[in-house]
Amino acid sequence: MNDLPLTIAETQEGLKKKKFSAVELVDAYLARIKKFDKEINAFITVSEETAYNQAKKTNHQLPLYGVTVAHKDLFLTKGVRTTAGSKVLQNYIPPYSATVVDRLEKAGCMMIGKTNCDAWGHGASGENSDFGSTKNPWNKKFSSGGSSSGSAVSIASNMSLVATGTDTGGSCRQPANFCSVVGFKPTYGAIPRYGVIATASSLDCVGNITHCVEDSERLFNIAKGGDNHDSNVKDGEYKSHVSRLKIGVPQEYFVRGMDREVEKKVFEAINVFEKAGLEIVKVSLPHTKYAISAYYIINPAEISSNLGRYDGIRYGGDRKNFRDEAKRRIMLGTYVLSAGYYEAYYLKAMKVRSVLIQDFDEVFKKVDALISPVSPTPPFKIGQKINDPLAMYLMDIFTVSANLAGIPALVLPFGFNKNGLPLGFQLMGPRFGENTLFYLGKLFERLSDYKPQIAKL
Amino acid sequence: MHKLFVKDVEHVAWLAKLTLTPAEVRKFQKQLVKVLDYIGQLDKVNTANIKPTSQTTGLENVFREDRINPQEMLTFNDYFTVKQIIKKNE
Repeated sequence: MNDLPLTIAETQEGLKKKKFSAVELVDAYLARIKKFDKEINAFITVSEETAYNQAKKTNHQLPLYGVTVAHKDLFLTKGVRTTAGSKVLQNYIPPYSATVVDRLEKAGCMMIGKTNCDAWGHGASGENSDFGSTKNPWNKKFSSGGSSSGSAVSIASNMSLVATGTDTGGSCRQPANFCSVVGFKPTYGAIPRYGVIATASSLDCVGNITHCVEDSERLFNIAKGGDNHDSNVKDGEYKSHVSRLKIGVPQEYFVRGMDREVEKKVFEAINVFEKAGLEIVKVSLPHTKYAISAYYIINPAEISSNLGRYDGIRYGGDRKNFRDEAKRRIMLGTYVLSAGYYEAYYLKAMKVRSVLIQDFDEVFKKVDALISPVSPTPPFKIGQKINDPLAMYLMDIFTVSANLAGIPALVLPFGFNKNGLPLGFQLMGPRFGENTLFYLGKLFERLSDYKPQIAKL
Repeated sequence: MHKLFVKDVEHVAWLAKLTLTPAEVRKFQKQLVKVLDYIGQLDKVNTANIKPTSQTTGLENVFREDRINPQEMLTFNDYFTVKQIIKKNE
């Protein structure tokens, strides 16, 4: 097989016309992984046997018939090693699968492997993985983004058709942006997290990474809804989108010091929507500049609690296996929760979170969606920020607000900068406003004549 | 500058059951002071009369019905029965 299909629709059409079989698809993806993954390190575990077993079972009546999926290594997969990107779990084989893994399998997906990630989902570069950094397939000297680094890279380099990811502060969206693919974070609680290794529980969402918006929507429709195992799931009333859509441009997301090409590209995207007759309105989210501070209190606080269970007694290695970033976040979290600091830091951050939510609630009375950059810069070089944790944290400046407010967001690729590195933009919507985001995303793809692109390896 | 001394880092590491080398303590102290300095800017936000948020979709006390699932019950004289894993002659 030379030309692998790049969307679910193409895949299913090819299967229907017998251009290829599900087993041949698995053959082709595995061949690419074998040929290229040594260089880019997108996978921690390749699940050849599972993929072939599922390829034999998938059938044309299933909604995700013949869809090859790569799961971020935070998703438990029954019988297939799950590490969270950390040496603590380097030998851990889960006795059950995450709800999302099960749902995708039942819908016809074939699991090709488990993707590399910043350990425990901590990071914006892929460099915090205990299994080596994932490289950006568009230029291997550059970061793939993180923490769902391997998931984004596996799609951009055509080693899987779709991938799952988690998004706690931008972990699906930022690597998607750095690798020129579509990244999606749902409303908090839209998709069950049962069986997904927790990062920070009040922020964690299960998202996905794909070549096009339609595929992202298809995965979301299979993954969403209660499972009686994650009590934070809300079967919300999804808003149906209105006919005359208004898009807000939050002025606080265009800050001094951000990359000019990144900024220009977002305005180009705004123009595309405006030309199509959508109303564009300037809006303000006045507390945006405090989002990173609130996030880097709440996130480590919840991490320190969630990682407390790794004592090496019941399963996994002991706490000596934690590496720098996990140690920093555990200590920061322990500190902001400790007696005397709880009110000054943690309680304060939860109140600022309320203020940030009020900002969004006000704005969504006026507009149906927001458009913004994803990251203040295009991909940066591997090694450039790893010794400066604060600089790395600031890379999340435009993505963490959606997690703090629990709102959905969709990232679309849109061209490349002068150095050939990916650019794109982010759409954010009100809680349970996914339909509007998918509509706008598909509209943009049509208007901009979008074609999925694979990095040359 | 935020006051986080080497002994504070050691104390927090002890609370979290992390073992750090003296070099790590010095490195983390410098890095954590920078982060704490930055997040200290939250002092500037007026949060008088603002309630804290920890759950963004408004759910509270989610319960399920307390029904017995026969498949999860103890099956033999209050013990779970599992497959034999030790051979008789061992």
